[in-house]
Amino acid sequence: MPLRAKVASSVSRTAAALSRAAGRGDGSVIGGWIGLKIDPDLLAHLSAGRAIALVSGTNGKTTTTRLAAAAVGVLGRVATNSFGANMPTGHTSALAKAGSTPYAVLEVDEHYLAQVLEATEPHVVALLNLSRDQLDRAKEVAMMAQLWRAALVRHADVRVVANADDPLVVWAATPPGDPARGINPPHVTWFSAGQRWHDDSWVCPECGSTIQRSGERWWCTGCPLRRPEPQWTVDDDGVLDPTGAWHKVKLQLPGKVNVGNAATALAVAAEFGVRPVDAVLQLGTVASVAGRYAQVDRDGRNIRLLLAKNPASWLEAFDMADEAPTLLSINARDPDGLDTSWLFDVDFAPLRGRQVLITGDRAYDLAVRLDVNGVPFQHVRTFNEAVRAVPPGRLEVIANYTAFQDIRAELDRVN
Amino acid sequence: MSTESLRIVWIYPDLLSTYGDRGNMLILARRAQLRGMPVEVLEVRSDQRLPATADVYLIGGGEDGPQALGAQRLLADGGLHRAVAQGSVVFGVCAGYQLLGTSFFAKGTRYAGLELLDLSSDRGPTRAVGELAGEIDPRLGVPALSGFENHGGRTHLGPGVSPLARVTAGVGNDGATEGAWRGKLLGTYSHGPALARNPALADLLLRWATGVHQLPPLDDTWADRLRSERRAAVAAADRA
Repeated sequence: MPLRAKVASSVSRTAAALSRAAGRGDGSVIGGWIGLKIDPDLLAHLSAGRAIALVSGTNGKTTTTRLAAAAVGVLGRVATNSFGANMPTGHTSALAKAGSTPYAVLEVDEHYLAQVLEATEPHVVALLNLSRDQLDRAKEVAMMAQLWRAALVRHADVRVVANADDPLVVWAATPPGDPARGINPPHVTWFSAGQRWHDDSWVCPECGSTIQRSGERWWCTGCPLRRPEPQWTVDDDGVLDPTGAWHKVKLQLPGKVNVGNAATALAVAAEFGVRPVDAVLQLGTVASVAGRYAQVDRDGRNIRLLLAKNPASWLEAFDMADEAPTLLSINARDPDGLDTSWLFDVDFAPLRGRQVLITGDRAYDLAVRLDVNGVPFQHVRTFNEAVRAVPPGRLEVIANYTAFQDIRAELDRVN
Repeated sequence: MSTESLRIVWIYPDLLSTYGDRGNMLILARRAQLRGMPVEVLEVRSDQRLPATADVYLIGGGEDGPQALGAQRLLADGGLHRAVAQGSVVFGVCAGYQLLGTSFFAKGTRYAGLELLDLSSDRGPTRAVGELAGEIDPRLGVPALSGFENHGGRTHLGPGVSPLARVTAGVGNDGATEGAWRGKLLGTYSHGPALARNPALADLLLRWATGVHQLPPLDDTWADRLRSERRAAVAAADRA
């Protein structure tokens, strides 16, 4: 590593430690930010010599990264940005902090995938899904698929692990090669992790025709784009690998969506040569991910935290949550997106029959939505008021990004 | 109403549904049902024929490509024009509002609109993203508009339409006026579930559709609280 990069890396670690000591955060962004100021190529320097996997998509990337890091851990030490700091500053900080490791598994914000592909030259990139998220400032969904596709053309040597169930991902993962210039299309391993949300993929990204669905199959009515045959699939509470062997997945994380994330993690680990029989045991060691799925006991209530940031992830959260009193909390601060319109893309009907409480900066937006949805609810001003309002036992908390962080702070930044 | 039940059609949700547009259909249906009206809702995709006999047609927002495609298919279909000639109500939001006019811009190209409203749209210097508020045309008897806008277009109204509102916060058509209406056609830049924050506007559409001049009042406690909270937020942003 050049001297400048060494200095930058060391300063980066110190700043992160100071930030944590000062109680200002996880230290996972500030260190990287300072390091990149000193050496803009620091991320590339820190990546050199490591076998890296990148994990990107709208939903599930933090959890999948954590599971994949656990699975790859069978082979040796793995650097990872486990706090969801998923932009280049977070990657820089995570790699600097980890020191020298043979492997790294990095969660990447979907907007930064092209840039991070360039800097880290990964062995594998996992593409999970693309759906609407924070449209007041984020790129439109089809545009994002286009950016991924263009980035993969420039990195045809990377091995891609991609979701066969998401038409936008399939299209993004299969850019045409250019044999005349020696450019082959990237090698893709397909997984099927299921997809509850279909409302961003009715129109073919290739030709604009309608996409038809039947069961898990989907196909474009105007061009050859269709669901590829997946090599990794979820089957009951286990995963079928490419050889047809079935592996029972025992997770501490709830919901069918996490069995899908486990399948993805196994597929990523397999690209490094990890056998699924070895990797699958590691997945069960993950109990919570940056506070998500964490359980805290308080005043006789067992509080479980679920993060849901956009329509697709709300559908998954309802699937994970028990039939128990449920607190919903909504903010619309910068990291959440300022627009609450998406609430009407979520069908809250699964909550009927449960005791529902609502809170957060934008509780009234939620109130109007639930009213239209015919879901009775009670508005509470604080988290503690919610805890007092429910009987002893499980309290499910589903919150969007900053609302989740607020509640996590109430619970002493539980991980 | 054309039949015994109120028929609401949501036009092309596969193309024109960017962010919560479904809300307008759900809200109209709910407010009609709470008044004891039988309601039939129909989501018509862009590869289907548009029925010409519904009472209310809703068109939502969309990205450039789908907007252009939607306008072309609606022009080819002709169902919406027949419905309007028979007196149906049309509510257009954002891209769906623009395509009711004579022309609009998408992907740098001018496209022909449906020519149902006397207005045309082009690109503005900046994207308008944020809270949108305005005083609604007093002839409509509806309190202030409250919404969120997210669009790059500017819309120029011809003499054949009236502005829906005079802008008090945000951009709307051009920073001065917002939306447009004529007869039973109404369009707005207040995107997505515009009716969630404007229940009186929802009831206006229902009155137009049913011909009932006075609808029984509903409990709008939460919508009222949401409106005051947003009004306060806009005022606080103005002071800052």
